[in-house]
Amino acid sequence: MKQALFALLAGALFGAGLALSGMADPAKVRGFLDIFGAWNPTLMFVMGGALIPMGIAWRIQAKLLAPLAAERFNLPDTTKLDARLISGAVLFGIGWGVAGLCPGPAITDLALAPRPAFVFVLAMLAGMLIFKIITSRDLPMKETKTTGAIGK
Amino acid sequence: MQQAWIFGLLGGLMIGGAAALMLLGLGRIAGVSGLAARAVGLADAGPPPALAIAFILGLPLGGWLMAQALGGVSLHFPPNIATLVIAGLVVGFGTRLGSGCTSGHGVCGMSRFSRRSISATLIFMASGIITVAAMNLVGLS
Repeated sequence: MKQALFALLAGALFGAGLALSGMADPAKVRGFLDIFGAWNPTLMFVMGGALIPMGIAWRIQAKLLAPLAAERFNLPDTTKLDARLISGAVLFGIGWGVAGLCPGPAITDLALAPRPAFVFVLAMLAGMLIFKIITSRDLPMKETKTTGAIGK
Repeated sequence: MQQAWIFGLLGGLMIGGAAALMLLGLGRIAGVSGLAARAVGLADAGPPPALAIAFILGLPLGGWLMAQALGGVSLHFPPNIATLVIAGLVVGFGTRLGSGCTSGHGVCGMSRFSRRSISATLIFMASGIITVAAMNLVGLS
């Protein structure tokens, strides 16, 4: 309960920051990506501003044994660059450029422009579902290969 | 607007502060794509679902409160539903395949100097820039 309240607070602060920064506006995001056209550099300040507290937070994290409201840190430890990361980033960038929306602003906009945000978020979840279906199909195939003695 | 960059900086500080709360408070990365997938049962790994749901619900709540405080925010969406659907599908699939989006890779990973996140951020920025330039070129924007 305490953890969920913490997460709700963090989410609300995140959403408020998106709304204040201008990043909730798809046209501004597309303007930021339009470096060969009418470039709008405002979002550089958003990214710069966001990196400051997080840069400090990582330094504090390195000195902590456990987070303040949970038992332990659960952080990604993968370091290798693989085809999945690269192709995923390429695809995400294309979608981001087409509509000017990434997941955070899209979900925040559910409260600010419900109709178009809902269409985008629903499609986004469908894209996530397609990914889950494809990868869950992959897994049993790999398993049958490793326990291949019984296989054909 | 001259205010725009100040609002951008302040908003960015809030976003980074929220990500810092998740990291130092709950020991988790504030990656919205991963948390969204987890919240609706589309991710096998991640924080307890209740936690992911709470964070995701917080986003529109905080956005709404800020809009009230500012007396409204102006948003400009693509007018075409097909554009939103196609972009949404690609963003959903791509962020899962690439294990993150602007928040997880861009804010949390880059500030950690993660090689994967810096690479992912440079790639999706470049990909987004090329997409917008290409759409402008053929008159789609």
